[in-house]
Amino acid sequence: MPENGIGASSVRREDIRFLSGNGKYTDDINVHGQKYVFFLRSDVAHGKINSIDTSKAEAVSGVVGIFTGDDFVEVGGLPCGWQVTDRFGEVMKEPGHPVLAQGKVRHVGDPIAAVVADSLEIARDAAEVINVDLEELPAVVDMKAAVEGGTLVHDEIETNLCYDWGFVEENRDAVDEAIKSAHHVTTLELVNNRLVPNAMEPRVAIGDYDASNDQSTLYTTSQNPHVIRLLMGAFVLQIPEHKLRVVAPDVGGGFGSKIFHYAEEAFCTLAARKLRVPVKWTASRTESFITDAHGRDHVTKIELALDENGMFQAIRTDTCANMGAYLSTFSTSVPTWLHGTLMAGNYKTPLIYVNVKAVFTNTVPVDAYRGAGRPEATFQLERVIDKAAREMGMDPVEIRRKNFIQKDEFPYATPVALEYDTGDYDATMDKLHEIADLDGYEARAKASREKGLLRGLGINCYIEACGIAPSNLVGMLGARAGLYESATVRVNATGSITVMTGCHSHGQGHETTFPQVIADMIGISEDQVHIQHGDTSNTPMGMGTYGSRSIAVGGAAMVRATEKIIAKAKKIAAHLMEASAEDIELKDGSFSVVGTDKSVGWGDVCLAAYVPHNYPLEELEPGLEETAFYDPANFTFPAGAYACEVEVDPDTGKVDICSFAATDDFGNVINPMVVDGQVHGGIAQGIGQALREHAFYDENGQLLSGTYMDYSMPRADDLPSFVVDHSCQTPCTHNPLGVKGCGEAGAIGSPPAVVNAVIDALNKGGFDVNHIDMPLSPSRVWTAING
Amino acid sequence: MYDFELRRPENLSEAIESLSADGAQALAGGQTLIPTLKNRLASPDVLVSIGGLAELQGVSESNGVVSIKAGTTHGVVAGSVKSYPALAALAANIGDPAVRNRGTIGGSIANNDPSACYPAATLASKATIITSKRSIPSSDFFVGIFETVLDEGELITQVDFEVPDVANYQKFDQPASRFALVGVFLARYGNDVRVAVTGASEDGVFRWSEAEQALGSDFSASAIDRLEVDAEGMIEDIHGSKDYRASLIKVLTKRAVKAC
Repeated sequence: MPENGIGASSVRREDIRFLSGNGKYTDDINVHGQKYVFFLRSDVAHGKINSIDTSKAEAVSGVVGIFTGDDFVEVGGLPCGWQVTDRFGEVMKEPGHPVLAQGKVRHVGDPIAAVVADSLEIARDAAEVINVDLEELPAVVDMKAAVEGGTLVHDEIETNLCYDWGFVEENRDAVDEAIKSAHHVTTLELVNNRLVPNAMEPRVAIGDYDASNDQSTLYTTSQNPHVIRLLMGAFVLQIPEHKLRVVAPDVGGGFGSKIFHYAEEAFCTLAARKLRVPVKWTASRTESFITDAHGRDHVTKIELALDENGMFQAIRTDTCANMGAYLSTFSTSVPTWLHGTLMAGNYKTPLIYVNVKAVFTNTVPVDAYRGAGRPEATFQLERVIDKAAREMGMDPVEIRRKNFIQKDEFPYATPVALEYDTGDYDATMDKLHEIADLDGYEARAKASREKGLLRGLGINCYIEACGIAPSNLVGMLGARAGLYESATVRVNATGSITVMTGCHSHGQGHETTFPQVIADMIGISEDQVHIQHGDTSNTPMGMGTYGSRSIAVGGAAMVRATEKIIAKAKKIAAHLMEASAEDIELKDGSFSVVGTDKSVGWGDVCLAAYVPHNYPLEELEPGLEETAFYDPANFTFPAGAYACEVEVDPDTGKVDICSFAATDDFGNVINPMVVDGQVHGGIAQGIGQALREHAFYDENGQLLSGTYMDYSMPRADDLPSFVVDHSCQTPCTHNPLGVKGCGEAGAIGSPPAVVNAVIDALNKGGFDVNHIDMPLSPSRVWTAING
Repeated sequence: MYDFELRRPENLSEAIESLSADGAQALAGGQTLIPTLKNRLASPDVLVSIGGLAELQGVSESNGVVSIKAGTTHGVVAGSVKSYPALAALAANIGDPAVRNRGTIGGSIANNDPSACYPAATLASKATIITSKRSIPSSDFFVGIFETVLDEGELITQVDFEVPDVANYQKFDQPASRFALVGVFLARYGNDVRVAVTGASEDGVFRWSEAEQALGSDFSASAIDRLEVDAEGMIEDIHGSKDYRASLIKVLTKRAVKAC
């Protein structure tokens, strides 16, 4: 393994500041003279606002301003970034999403009024004396009930159905026919449980306005400051980009929840302009639970048709996807293009039809959460395959292997629109067999039985579409944004380099891994390269970090910019050595003339660019700085195979994860240690979903698991030491690094492995249980065992 | 948090005096009270901080009795109670280190959270709760969830446990909070067996008297095979049904017997 550059496990340089308390998070920013906002939020899921009387609150000493929905009538609502067209050719229903509620509240946590005051306590005191005449209306929480009508979340659209999407619609009849005539059909109804993202750092927004130059600044906890600037500036507040700066400094975890444009960002920006004071909001953990966009929440029926040999013939799915009360920024794309296109998985199923009904309910909006649509696809597919194997008496590994797309069949066009460029699914399965010690399973199962415990083994595969995304393709599919990435590589006069990237690092380790790439290309040490991100005023327009895209798209942009740098530097070196640029070779930080002993160092060339005393000024501009925008030609397709072993206590229903092994094909790997960490984190979240986490709403729309007393996060001692491997590598064929992305794999691949393992344990223990909906809490497992 | 007056009495008698004020409330480790205040769910006018009072600190053990002053933290109980290992083990498994370094035995018992661990130990091990006014047998102390016989301004000062021949506490964690979803504290004094159950009942901690009788005549796990706990009156929430909790009581009681 190299010690520097691509492939080195370089130590994460950003951890020094994080672990020593020197990280600079948004809440660490305090603008001189700032005031504090407290949002008065609805405590009912659905209600009509008859009147709001703020007179008593205005009289509270220290109150600077009070805002209600009426103050935001003139500005836009929060936009949705993806327009889905339904199976009848109609565009989706897109009700308004006001910054502060106007006339109605639609979920617990919907902001009714905002009080800006000298301190948060004063703002909170004043909010308590705002008199809201709120008429509670019946809430609609269950998706099936919502589809049937009755109570409407948005009266103006006259339905709770956002869209009824079919994919591929032309395949519908053929799929129906294949299922009707199949040798065997396995059917499974399941729920992909709603999750609260729970970033360690709650959201924060600070609005600031500089009247001297009419400049607004928003400091915010965001994964994509340029996207926020575009959405908020253009669609909500009508502030042009050159008058609006968005800064997202260190961010303590996002998992998707900090992609989206939130009401509090627009509020603080506008209130700062109106009040001429900086306005700061820091979410309490309680607010995080009821305002951060939730994840998942699909109810699905999947049918898998097989022939007598266990070959997959067709898949048909029918899903209700919860949108919550409003359309969050990318909510509509998650159950459609990020979900339906993945239903082929790693297999050669010839016919697939996916139906998704997106439904409004009186709950917090739902949007992308680590994996976003792909975990939902993988879960249902890998669960129904397991059930089919059991029904047909086949081994769960064998049924998968015989349906795999073979390595010599790539590029492979699936029936759901994607073209996988590379893969070798047998290789990852072979590796899994080895690292999970599947041959030793029976001995371990015997040991478990002797303890009175039921042991089970769960296997599954996954594929994901990452490196999001080709702009022309997503534009055709309804995206209202391009999904390229950008980088500016600025070489300084003495040879050090500052890279300004449109990506944003909030745990991924870009500050360590991106320099490894440049160090490798030029042959300098990594510590000569600094990564700058998170501020629209000093980074090129980029789309941010999500969808496992940063190295595949942002890294590619950085490579392209660096290639331009090297090309120019070769010309300078050629001039210095009086040779032709075509004859210049760059190796280990030194330019040499091929076939001679002439050479000039990297630093000398950089200095010449900025002190151009001896420089071809008539042919070449001085300076050494280049920008590149990179738009990918295709998605990338990381894939892998996972194995989980569990012990179930039949008396209590408690599930212990004994071991978890993951083999991932991420293509080329920049930093194996960072990749290990990303996979570990993803698996921990996936196990959290499988066994513990659940945003549980009652029929009145109250979130019963709204604190950590009831929302069960996975803790370190709930988890085994993971065994992970990414040595099976089929490099991506269409990006310059051959990389695929690794941020979401663990969260996508792990829930079915856990559930398959528990179901296997119960069946081997003599309990005829086909399925348990996540989370597989002790009580749910016990209830399944005890009928 | 609403504004309040914070008093820091020098000694116990000053503390008791302060607690007689209108709207006064004692603040010990604050593991329940502080989050309650932060959520504006309580608004005491006066908080009397008793955490630092030397008179409320410490553990002593003699003649088969473990006496724990009310302000002693779970961490200290876990580390210093030697003659009653089941009690020390219980304390060592409350919350996390931060909670154990702040939370106190007096606070836990006075609060009588239906899922707390200490009430089960107190009820099973013939404890006496000594207050600023009187001594109360544990069998009379707990009234219902979050309810005890303590009067306004009455302060627990010490808890005396009779050390049993053998004892064991089985706690089944609520997955999120790691409070007891069900906890069973079993203590045996000769043929007198006590089985106290926390986490399960809508009425708070209780003794499972049928199991006590069965185990009194035959101290083996199989002695309660034929017993069933009535699910009526059990707590039902998102973490478990009445039936589930009733079943857990029996499972955990058998495990406690086996562990003794």
